[in-house]
This record gives sequence, C-alpha cells and structure tokens, in this order.
Amino acid sequence: MFKKLTLSAIAAVGLMAGATNAAVIQSEIEDFDFSFEGPFGTYDENQLQRGLKVYTNVCASCHGLKYVPIRTLADEGGVGLPVDQVRAYAAQFDIYDPELDDWRPGKPTDSFPESNDPNAPDLSLMAKARAGFSGPYGSGLNQLFKGMGGAEYIASILTGYTGKEKEEAGSILYQNTAFPGGWISMAPPLWGEDVDFDDGSSNALRDEAVDTAAFLMWAAEPKMMGRKETGFIAVLFLVLMSVLLYATNKRIWAPIKRQAKES
Amino acid sequence: MSGIPHDHYEPKSRGEKWLHSRLPIVGLIYDTIMLPTPKNLNWMWIWGIVLVFCLVLQIVTGVILVMHYTPNVDLAFASIEHIMRNVNGGYFIRYLHMNGASLFFIAVYLHIFRGLYYGSYKAPREVTWIIGMLIYLLMMATGFLGYVLPWGQMSFWGATVITGLFGAIPFIGDPLQTLLLGGPSVDNATLNRFFSLHYLLPFLILGLVIVHVWAFHTTGNNNPAGVEVRRGSKAEAEKDTVPFWPYFVIKDFFALAVVLVVFFAVVGFMPNYLGHPDNYIEANPLVTPAAIVPEWYYLPFYAILRAFTSDVWVVMLTNFLTGGIVDAKFFGVLAMFGSMVAIALAPWLDTSSVRSGKYRPMFKWWFWLLAIDFFVLMWAGAMPAEPPYSIISLIGASYWFAYFFVILPLLGVIERPSKQPATIEEDFNAHYGKSE
Ligand code: HEC
Repeated sequence: MFKKLTLSAIAAVGLMAGATNAAVIQSEIEDFDFSFEGPFGTYDENQLQRGLKVYTNVCASCHGLKYVPIRTLADEGGVGLPVDQVRAYAAQFDIYDPELDDWRPGKPTDSFPESNDPNAPDLSLMAKARAGFSGPYGSGLNQLFKGMGGAEYIASILTGYTGKEKEEAGSILYQNTAFPGGWISMAPPLWGEDVDFDDGSSNALRDEAVDTAAFLMWAAEPKMMGRKETGFIAVLFLVLMSVLLYATNKRIWAPIKRQAKES
Repeated sequence: MSGIPHDHYEPKSRGEKWLHSRLPIVGLIYDTIMLPTPKNLNWMWIWGIVLVFCLVLQIVTGVILVMHYTPNVDLAFASIEHIMRNVNGGYFIRYLHMNGASLFFIAVYLHIFRGLYYGSYKAPREVTWIIGMLIYLLMMATGFLGYVLPWGQMSFWGATVITGLFGAIPFIGDPLQTLLLGGPSVDNATLNRFFSLHYLLPFLILGLVIVHVWAFHTTGNNNPAGVEVRRGSKAEAEKDTVPFWPYFVIKDFFALAVVLVVFFAVVGFMPNYLGHPDNYIEANPLVTPAAIVPEWYYLPFYAILRAFTSDVWVVMLTNFLTGGIVDAKFFGVLAMFGSMVAIALAPWLDTSSVRSGKYRPMFKWWFWLLAIDFFVLMWAGAMPAEPPYSIISLIGASYWFAYFFVILPLLGVIERPSKQPATIEEDFNAHYGKSE
C-alpha cells in the first residue's frame, strides 16, 4: 500500500507543482500545433527562417532580442542560416562599439539590438516567461499533455485583436482576447501579407503569427533539440542500466529468498 | 561500540598492515559498506541513496555553474543566459541543477514520511532524526538562496518576502533583516551574500550527512517491522541481516536508476515545468508580480505561515497575552518554524512503544491524514491568501500541530497495537516464504 500511495504522491507533487505556477494569466489561449511539441518534437528550420523574416521586418522596429547572439542563427537544430547569410544579416545593424568609441556594422558575434521602443519588452525570453497560463483551472495539465506554452501565448496575442480601441491616460489600448486584462498597448503588428516568403509559404495573418511564435520559441530556448537529444540518450541508457541492475539484484537476492522459503 | 556484531577488516599483506597501523581508513570503509542491514527493508528505504546522489549532483553541477555565473545585479541574469546559450552543455548543466533541487526535495519528503510511518525517529535513533531535520532545514535555506541567484522576478520578490519574515521578529527583527540583506532592501549586497552562503551550505550539509550516516550506523537501520536486529552473537545477527554490500547497494542502485529515468525525462523534455515562468523576466524592483509564489517545496510551510491571520482567535489571544509583542505576522513565522520543530520533536511526542505504523491500527489513519494534509497545505500555499483558501490553510495547519502535539501523545496511551513479528527473520520469512 505504501508503494502505491507513494507513487500517487509523486504524481501529485508533479501536478501540484505545475498547477502552482499557473493561474496567473486568465485569457484565451489557442492550442496551436507546433512542430517542437512533445519529447520528439523538433524545430522546423524553414518555419524559423520565415519567423525571423517577420521578426526582422515587423517586430524589430520596436522589440529587441538582446540575449540572442546573431551567430546562433547559423546553429544546427535552430534557424540554420548559412554562415554568409548570417554575416550579411548582422551587417544591417549599426552597433555601438565601446572599444572603437564609435558605431560600426554588426558582426555575427554581436547580439541582436535591444528594444527601440522603451515600452516594448525584450522578446529573447518571452516564450518562456509567458508559459504559466496553462489550464484548465490552473492545473497545468494542458502544458503537460498538450504541450501548450509561451509559443501558443505569443501566437494567440498576434491573432487575438478584436479591432476595438480605447484611450486611457493618453495612450491607445487595443482589445486583445489573449492578453491578461484584455487591453494591450501594442498596436496590432500583423495584418496578413506583411512580408513575402521566399519559399512561397502562406503569409496569411495566422500563418505569420505561428511562424513568428515558433521563431521566438527558438530565441528563448535555442538548445531545445540538443536538450531533448541528451535527455533521450540519458533515458535510454538509464532504462538499460535499470534492466541490468534489476537482473543483478534478483540474482544476488535469490539465495537469501530461497532460504526464507525453505525455513 | 555497541554496533551489530559482524566481521571486521583484517589487514593481510605487509602493505595493508603498514597502512592500517597508521591510518585505519580501509577498515573504516570496509565497516561502512559491510554494515549488517536488516534484510526486510522495503522500497521506501531507497530514498537515502537518492538523496546522496542529489547532494553530489548539486555540488558538481553547482561548481561548474559558478565558473560562468556573475553575482552582480546588473550581470547575473545575463550570465545565466550566457550559460544557457554560449557555454558548452551549459543549458543541460543548469537544467540538471534546477530540477535536481526538486528531486532533492521529493526524495527528502518521502524519506521523512517513511521515518514518520515506520517510527524511525524513536529511541535509539533520535540523534539521527534530529540531524536529519537539521539537514532538511539547511536544504530549505540553500534552495531559497539558490533561487535568488538567477535574479529573475521571482528571485527578487521571493527574497523580499522571505527576508521580510525575519523582520517580523520583535526587537531584533529590523537589524537582523538589514544584516541579512546587507542594506535596507534586496540589492547587490544581498545577491553577494546569498551567493556566498549558497556555496557554503551544501558543504555543511555534506558534513551533517556524514554524521547522520554515522549515527544510524551506530544504532543500525530501522526496518518495516520495527523490531531490532538480534545482537547476542554474530550468528544470531546474521539471521536478521545481510551486509550492505552487495545486497542493498545493488538494490539501491536499481531504484536510483529507475528514479533517474523519470528525472532525466523531466530535465530533457520539460525542464521548466516545475519552475515559475516569471523567473525568465529580469528582476525589477519597480514591478511587483501579480502573485509571488515560492517554489513548490516550500508551499506547505508557506501555507502555515499565512494561515494565522489577525482574526484567528489564538492569534488574538497571544497578541493580548504578550502585550502586542507577538502580532499576527510574528505568530505566522513562529507557526511556520514551529511546524518543522514539531517534526523534530516527534521522538518525544510519540508515546507508543510500538515502532512501526504497520502494527498500529489507529495510528495508520492519522498518519495518512497527515500525508493528505501535507498536499492540501501545498495546494493552499499556492493559492491567494483569501477565503476559502485561508480557511483551508488554517484547518490544515491546525491538523498539522494536532497530529504532533495531541494525537501522537494520546495514541500511545489509547491504542491497542496488533501483533508484531518477534524477529526480523520471522518478518522476512513470512513475506518471502509464501510468495512465488
Ligand atoms: C509599434 C511597436 C511594436 C511592434 C511593431 C511590435 N510590438 Fe510587441 N509590443 C509593443 C509594446 C509597446 C508592448 C507592450 C504591451 C503592453 O504591455 O501593453 C508589446 C508587447 C509584446 C508582447 C508581450 C505581451 C505581454 O504578455 O506582455 C509580445 C509577445 C509581443 N509584443 C510580440 C510582438 C511580435 C511577435 C511582434 C512582431 C510581429 C511585435 N510584438 C511587434 C510594441 C510593438
């Protein structure tokens, strides 16, 4: 009985702990399907490249990605841009170099610029910082079973505008069904057909939003694929170890248990 | 010493004798791993090895993290991102350390509740128990200090709330809080001293763990039957025990491997599940998060802390009797620490002569109620401090104290225990003689 109850206790801790971190954001988050969900999910290179394009052309005019080094755009298991393209990408930024005491074109070793608009938060970690809404009823179960997280939140924000506006304390607020409280100060950044994708993918609002959210997930967790791979190898190895140790344990205890039977 | 009789190390070769007469270290190791161990230990006795693993894991990953971390309010958050993005394998080391803390606490809670159920705290193991509780307290402190280091929003606000508890102590509270913080509020000085202490405490824990193991190697392990190993002669003792190596080492390693399958799956596939997302936002003293929630392992005690508000009659009475010195805030702090002290006092509060809960028909019910209470409090601790949660917390906290200070002492008097096996051998044979 102790064993069963212990197992349920462990399960309860898991669920409870997830639940305790939820319940902060009460808003409508849609469960989008992302390629990176679940233990075997991976980033879709093409999608991340599309997301990068939307980010660069639209979001970057206000937001920054200050923790993301530009060179990581070339990393495998991520955006996977060819190195020369990364160099060209970096060169579009003017970066202040304290050593030169002057501005110079960006290099891959620089990070993305910080936010231009002081009111627009840095997006480097947004996809991890907004992962706590997972319901139902703050139980965290959606996060556990449906893989819902910050990417869903971002995509929901981008598609969640109702078109209503109001003015408050001199600034305009836009109604958004995903934003906690319902009114966000970011004007709808995407309308559909904001960029053209080289691979001919759809640039409807919803598709752009999902691609951008995927890119921002990568920005927040660039090593996700390495992490899952390592985790997978570790789990395989440990399962094997468990089997071997189980057999060894059974074997060495056999004479002791036989004694017990004979007594 | 009055240990269980068993073979001791005999140096044979000249080299061994040379060393043994100068430093009997091989003998010490031999005696430690050949300890006669009750053969009937069940799977609840595996958490010790998991805890040792956790301590080593946290120290090893921690030492590596320190190589890349910067304890400065302007740089700490960015240095964590540096670890996550630029340091080879840094993301995995950091996730191991983060989730290692959770595994540590899952294991320690199961270990403590194991002890509570099987009466491991009772004579002659009180010293082991007290040292265990000290280790647990240090773990709580270490976990809290470590959570501040990434300098996220929860780090900052958690530190603000928890150090505020010390400020609630009458007379010395304010200077004490200032000393802890190194200033009037959580700032760079706080981060630096927390960093220093976070590095120090695990080594104190390590020291206490050695004493903990020493203590129970002196008394011998408790076991599910709760009866002692016979110590009249070596032959008699061997009927009740098997040496720790290889029997329990292999069993423990098997259990550890199974636990680690789950652990690595969490680290690999959902490493942020147990953490608070707000800690991915850099600390900002000007923006208070919507809800300040401690890590899951503090929640039951956090609920007790918040349960005693100024409208509860005990609080009002205490406030009146102490002339206002013990206000609601300080009462809460006392209750929180008191609820842990209660666990430490269990050896003297439990009056029953029967050790194992297996043979205590009434005790069992109260024990499982306590386990449920623990989860209820954990849940209530995560909820806002308002009805109905505050009332649930109060009921939960009351039961917690009632269990230790009323039920345990009373049960020993009114309960009629069922029949225990006479020896460990009998218990073991009864279990394995029939099955298969
Ligand atoms: C015109 C400037 C501007 C542009 C362009 C812009 N944003 Fe924003 N964004 C803001 C501001 C301002 C806020 C703060 C909103 C608030 O807190 O009310 C914000 C907030 C956000 C948030 C955080 C919401 C939260 O939960 O706090 C996300 C996510 C976000 N933007 C994503 C994007 C993405 C993705 C794009 C590109 C498609 C984008 N933004 C384009 C100005 C902008």
